[in-house]
This record gives sequence, structure tokens and C-alpha cells, in this order.
Amino acid sequence: MSMQTQPTVAMPETAAPDPSPEIRVSGLGKTYKTERGTTHALSDINLDIRKEEFVSLIGRSGCGKTTLLRIMAGLVPPTAGHVEIGGRALWHQETVDSSVIRRLGVVFQDSNLFPWYNIEDNIALPLRLRGVKKNERRDRVRELAALVGLENFLPNYPRELSGGMRQRVAIARALSDNPELLLMDEPFGALDALTREKMNMEIQRIALATRATVVFVTHDIDEAVALGDRVVHLTPRPGRIKDVVEVPLARPRGLEIKKDAAFHGLVGNLHTSLNEEDDHES
Amino acid sequence: MNRKKLLKVLPWITTPGLLVVLFVIWELSVKALDVSPLILPPPTMIFENLGELLAQPTTWDNVRVTVIEIVLGFVAGVLAGVLVGVVLGKLPLVEASVRPLIIALEVVPKVALIPLFVIWFGFGMTTKVIIAGLLAFFPVMLNVLLGVRSVERGHRDLMQSINASRWQTFRHLEYKSMMPHVFAGMETAIVLAVIGTIVGEYLGGNEGLGYMVVKTLNELNAPALFAVILMLATVGLIMYFIVTSFKRVAIPWHESVYGRKDVG
Repeated sequence: MSMQTQPTVAMPETAAPDPSPEIRVSGLGKTYKTERGTTHALSDINLDIRKEEFVSLIGRSGCGKTTLLRIMAGLVPPTAGHVEIGGRALWHQETVDSSVIRRLGVVFQDSNLFPWYNIEDNIALPLRLRGVKKNERRDRVRELAALVGLENFLPNYPRELSGGMRQRVAIARALSDNPELLLMDEPFGALDALTREKMNMEIQRIALATRATVVFVTHDIDEAVALGDRVVHLTPRPGRIKDVVEVPLARPRGLEIKKDAAFHGLVGNLHTSLNEEDDHES
Repeated sequence: MNRKKLLKVLPWITTPGLLVVLFVIWELSVKALDVSPLILPPPTMIFENLGELLAQPTTWDNVRVTVIEIVLGFVAGVLAGVLVGVVLGKLPLVEASVRPLIIALEVVPKVALIPLFVIWFGFGMTTKVIIAGLLAFFPVMLNVLLGVRSVERGHRDLMQSINASRWQTFRHLEYKSMMPHVFAGMETAIVLAVIGTIVGEYLGGNEGLGYMVVKTLNELNAPALFAVILMLATVGLIMYFIVTSFKRVAIPWHESVYGRKDVG
């Protein structure tokens, strides 16, 4: 399957295929050796992502979408293939290149805020570890808090915030070091439907404002189509890319997209495609 | 006043009130039933004795000795407990190999070893400090061992994703998430350190509040015995209070401190 970047309606300025993609995943594989044998979590994943693109990864549980994201986040080493970010390899065998890690921001399903730090210190943590001066840190945290709409909660502790707010803090923290690439692993999976819809609007605004490239893992078809320039459909055992669907709708997309015929067509197709897997299994 | 506030204030009013009621019933029934003060002295007599004892400088010397023994033993036990707990928690292989030994040591009633310590270290303070330390050590060590391992997986992932060094991971994550466990261990440890010290004083030496208990017992002076027990209880309470206050300052973010009052 060809992973050449195609011009889309959404991104008219990238009229020609990008010769140097922001992210290149090539021949990526991951096998786990267990007592009962070898599990192929991922097999021959090839994916090019261009700058400022928003890519949704979708698939049923066990399809390896989270594993793929964790490899791209430098948390799990691959057993085959490469991940290049901005032209530099992320993994050298089992070790990550820390200069490449610095260009990433990761948001997990759980906000993973530290209960012993207030919101300000949680957002500032990556900057603090990098040795950014206190004053500079404070200014940057104000900026980020304003971006995610939490400027009034900086002295609060995580336990005082709702799930949606905590996830905003996690997003602000991931953005603190100006990442070129934002990796999100079902970031809104634990939120209620209404909060989730709101966060979907927010993340689009934030992605455009920060000009970040986003890889977004979800198991929600609506969410994947509503957010992504492309939707990458993974199938399990072994985890492979089954299909890459272009979403030719301009970003940002408001709630009205849910009434759009093109949107429904894409969701419907993906739905069918995901269900086909089911038939193969039974 | 709302219900929440009432729940907070109530114990401060009821506890002294209940004590007063208890003492009044005690006093009246002892008088009415004409119980011998040798068996159960009335509270007034106990407080009278307490006043007399507190007026004697030797009593304060004994208090000082006991407090020093408790504090030294507690501090030594906690430090050793944290150190060993961290090492065992970090090195599962070592932990697995010494685990049976630890369990065996834990099960042994350590106060049974006191006569041995008396033989080895004499009748002085050292013996009591060692006993207090030994008793304080285990709860801290076991809690810390658990604490080191109970760092949330997601938190570790986060630290890795922001490129944290080992030291940074320790300072911002492992150390912080270990503290509630250290304090949980310390709360048990301080109680045990008090017990260890007093039992140590019972069995050997001629100073400390435990020694005063034995002395008043030998004199069959029940009112004074009660008075000394009251002093011991007060010392124990103050020690416990200091540890929990320290906890409030050190880990205000933890659930055991802020309660569930503002979970939304």
C-alpha cells in the first residue's frame, strides 16, 4: 500500500507531495516473546506523516495502535524497522535518541498528573527537568494555561479538577516544551460524551494554534474522522495497516460536521471496514 | 454551623466531656462501694499523686530519659527502615533471597529478645534505644518496600516521555510517591518505639518512666502507679501527635491528610 502523501482539500498549501515528511515510520514491527510463543503486535507498518498533519489511528482493542504510539513516543523499542522524526532516527536498537524525544509531547489516556504538585508545577514539570529558569517557566505556564482555558486553576491541585480539566492540564504539559509532534493515546477515552465532544473541538483549536503535528489514537470512529486529516485503520494479529482514509474536509471542524454527508459516508465506510474484521474472526 | 464543620469540632468537645463523665462515675462508685485505693484509687487521689510526682525533679529526669530513648530509637529505626526498604524495593533479587529471613524476624516477638539485649548492652540507655529502634524498623521497612514498588506505571511512562534522568525520576516521582508509605510506617513505628522503650525499662535499669512503673508497683503504691501510667500515655500521645502533624506539613496533598472533603 502506498503511503505517499496526497494533496487534500484541507491542506491546499501542501499542493505537492512533501519530499521530507515530518515523521516516517518504515517497516516497523514489534514482537513479544512469551512462554506460549511469539506475539506479533505490529508487522510491517509504513506511514509518512507530513508537518502539521492530524492523523487518527483507529482499530479494535489489540490491534497494536497503542503499541505503535508507544514506540513513536520512545517508551517501547521496536523489534524491526525505523521511526524517523524530522529526519532523525528515534530508536538506535533498544535506546532512544533523547534529542529526538525532546521534540515530542505525549498525552496518555490517564492524565498522569502528579498529585503532589499543583497545576502550575504539573504543567511546568518538563521545563523544570530541562533546567528552564523559574521566571521563564512561569510565563510559559501562564501562556499554556490560557491556551487550554485553565488560567484560573494554576494554584489548584489535580484532585480538585474534573477529568476533562485534568486532561487539559496534561495537554498543556505535553505542549510546554513546544513539541513538533503531539502523540495522543485515547486522551479522551475516559471522559463522558459531552466533555469529549468539547475536548475534540479544543484539541483542533490547540493543534492549529501550536502548528503541531498530531498522531491521535482512538477506538471511536466518529472521533477519528472528525479530527483527522487521515484515518489509519489498523487490524490485529498481527497489527497491520489495513487502510488509510483521507478526510477531505477543512480543519478546524465544528460540531456541524456531524450533519455533513461526506462525514457520514466516511464514518459508514470505516464502520463497515471495522466490522469486516469481525466476520473474519468468527 | 453546617454538618461538616460540626463533625470536625465535635470530637474536641465530646472527648474531654466523656473523660470528665468517666472520672466522675469512677470517683463516685469507688467512694460508694468503698473500694480499697490499693486496688482502684479514686481519680482525685491519682491526680494528687501526679501533682506530687511532677513537683519532684527526679520525675522529670525520668521523663527526659524515656523521651530521649524513644526519639533516638524511633529515628534510628525509621532511617534504617527507609534505607533497607528502598534497597529491597529496588532490588527484587535481593528481596527475594532475604524475604524468608525478614518474615521470620518479623514474626519473632521482639520484646522476647530484650533480656538478651540487656546481657549484651547492659542496663543503660543503649539497650532501650536498640529495642525501640528494632520495633520501629519493621513497619517502616515493609511500608517503604511496598511504596517503592507502587509507583504508578503511567507516571513512570510520563517521566520517560519527558526524558527524565534517573535522579529526576527519583526526586519528582519515586521519592514523592514513597512519602505516604514512609508516614504510614512512621505512625505505627512511633507507637511501637514507645512500647519497646517502656518494656525495656521494665526489665532493666533504674531510670525512665518504665522504671518508675516497676518501682511504684514494688511499693504497692497504686495511686502513684496510675499517675505514672497517665504520664506514659501522655508522652505516647504527644509523640504520635508530633508524627501526624509532621505528616500534615510534609504531604498535604495525600488523601490521608486532606481526607475526602473536597473530592468533586
